[in-house]
Amino acid sequence: MEVILQNLTKKFPGRDRKRREDVIAVNDFTFEIPDGELIGLLGPSGCGKSTTLNLISGLIKPTSGRIFFGEDDVTDLPPENRGIGLVFQNYALYPHLTVRQNILFPLENLKGKDRLTKSQMEERALQAAGLVQIEELMERKPKELSGGQQQRVAIARALVKRPRVLLLDEPLSNLDARLRLQTREEIRRIQKETGITTIFVTHDQEEAMSISDRIVVMRDGVVQQIGKPQEVYDNPVNLFVAKFLGTPPINVFDGRVRGGKLYIGEEAVLDVADVPDQSVYAAVRPEGFLPAGDGPLSCALTGVEVMGRDISVVSKNKASLNPAVRAIIGTENRVDRGAIVRFALKPGKVFLFRTDSEQRIPFEVK
Amino acid sequence: MIRKKFRDNGLKAWLYLLPAILFLGVFMVYPLIDVFIYSFEEGYNSASQTYFGVGLYNYSYVLHDSYFLQAVKNTFLLVIITVPLSTGIALLISVGLSSIKPLRNLFQTIYFLPYVTNTLAVGLVFMILFKKTAYSDGLVNLLINWFGGGSVDFIDGPYWAKMFVLCFYTVWVVMPFKILILTSALSSVDPVYYNAARVDGTSGFRMFRKITLPMISPMIFYLVITGFIGAFKAYSDVVALFGTNLNAAEMNTIVGYVYDMLYGDSGGYPSYASAAAILLFAIVLTITCSNLLISSKKIHY
Repeated sequence: MEVILQNLTKKFPGRDRKRREDVIAVNDFTFEIPDGELIGLLGPSGCGKSTTLNLISGLIKPTSGRIFFGEDDVTDLPPENRGIGLVFQNYALYPHLTVRQNILFPLENLKGKDRLTKSQMEERALQAAGLVQIEELMERKPKELSGGQQQRVAIARALVKRPRVLLLDEPLSNLDARLRLQTREEIRRIQKETGITTIFVTHDQEEAMSISDRIVVMRDGVVQQIGKPQEVYDNPVNLFVAKFLGTPPINVFDGRVRGGKLYIGEEAVLDVADVPDQSVYAAVRPEGFLPAGDGPLSCALTGVEVMGRDISVVSKNKASLNPAVRAIIGTENRVDRGAIVRFALKPGKVFLFRTDSEQRIPFEVK
Repeated sequence: MIRKKFRDNGLKAWLYLLPAILFLGVFMVYPLIDVFIYSFEEGYNSASQTYFGVGLYNYSYVLHDSYFLQAVKNTFLLVIITVPLSTGIALLISVGLSSIKPLRNLFQTIYFLPYVTNTLAVGLVFMILFKKTAYSDGLVNLLINWFGGGSVDFIDGPYWAKMFVLCFYTVWVVMPFKILILTSALSSVDPVYYNAARVDGTSGFRMFRKITLPMISPMIFYLVITGFIGAFKAYSDVVALFGTNLNAAEMNTIVGYVYDMLYGDSGGYPSYASAAAILLFAIVLTITCSNLLISSKKIHY
């Protein structure tokens, strides 16, 4: 089922007594989610991603704009008539019911012609449990389960009524790091197996990048960029998106373009022939540094961290806006433990942004 | 080394517990044992500290005393009627209170008023409502007359009328505490469960039955147990409504019977009073234990 959001806006009345202006949680969100895709809504806390999810679920009503599931306008439908499965951040499993009863709960709500027989319900519940591999836990109570198992039960409960759209609110935030890796693969697998359009919310960019077909980066209720994870990573539209994606984070420098050359400090580091003269933010991905004895960018070395797979070079540069410049280089490189380390930059890993609007300044990579 | 430390801790713990144990022992445990002993001493006289013999005669007497049987009947009726009724109504009111937003605090205060009002003052109000005097039939009778019914003497009249007043009064008096407990229990249910249920298309009634009730069941259970115990100990309310000559009014309770046996006009029988008190203790203990047994199967967490 494709999900279409049209100019979706949600304003909350301001609670502050002094400033009675509305808080705009979601601002003019338009997006067409193709059938069967896994979409990650990504942004820092308070960016409106959870509100967007709740708007799609119907738990809150939009101030303006419309929501379509396929051809159906569901904007004014209550959540129960939208055909959605929702997995809450803390799972919201009913603590007094067993796993089986929890999964059966949505089915027992069905009335009239949708009502299933007892054995059909059992069958559907078992099927859902099988999908998330919790068949052997059916008689347990939620508190007897680990976080990851609870998560699976919550997904099974959301899937059992065969929803048109599956919504996940911060599905991994309550799990430890190891389980998180495993569960996100699991979510991906379940989504592929069922082919159900899935939207999930996260503040963890790595999580969103790793499993989404497409990510939506939001900030202060405004969509910044929508695209395939790699595209957004390689082609951020503004400084916020560039900074938000990637670990370690992108290195931002105060820079200047003069005569078709990018200067960081007093050093001309890159040819940017088609950019007019101006001050810029120059952002360099950690993997965009090449250690070279005659490289144009010099930094004061503070440390080298060997990670096994690669090496992280930590250094300082006066023009850097980050506390430290962090470069990731292959283990085949050798870094001389001198006071100064010199880098050449890979042009495709360098982005320029305007200092006023923080929008991207394109330049031709030779 | 470790052992010495442990023993020191044990000693200290006993020292800290001493004041409480001392008071409980002197004013609770000792009298309890004493009463238990009295109940087997036939014809015990507290002035001369003498008795005729030891046996079950006291129990036999009490159990054959028609006043005691009447008191047991009254007490049981009171318990069986008022505990479920007051808990049920309190639940309805609390659910109502939790679902409204404006004026919620005002209503909460109003419902709590009976709790802070003196028993005897409330009894007086009930007298005005129900009592038939030479000048007036009371407010309730005026209402009954309005609808075309005949006056009923609620205070000195038929047994059912008096029982009705007593139950009505008891329900009204215990309600505020129950509402207080239940509204706080209701507000402690995480709203995320309701959201989850809403998304799954749960009807309001089913939500209440399958989510709200189980979630607050420990609190309901607590109210039922304390309600049972409280109703079994009813006495002052009855006095406030029907005066001190309760045997004549057929409205005595078990506690009232114990009091009458000790200090009433026909009193001065500590042995009988002790036997009745022990019987009451046994009844309350049995019911509380069976409550606990049932609840351990029904209450989920």
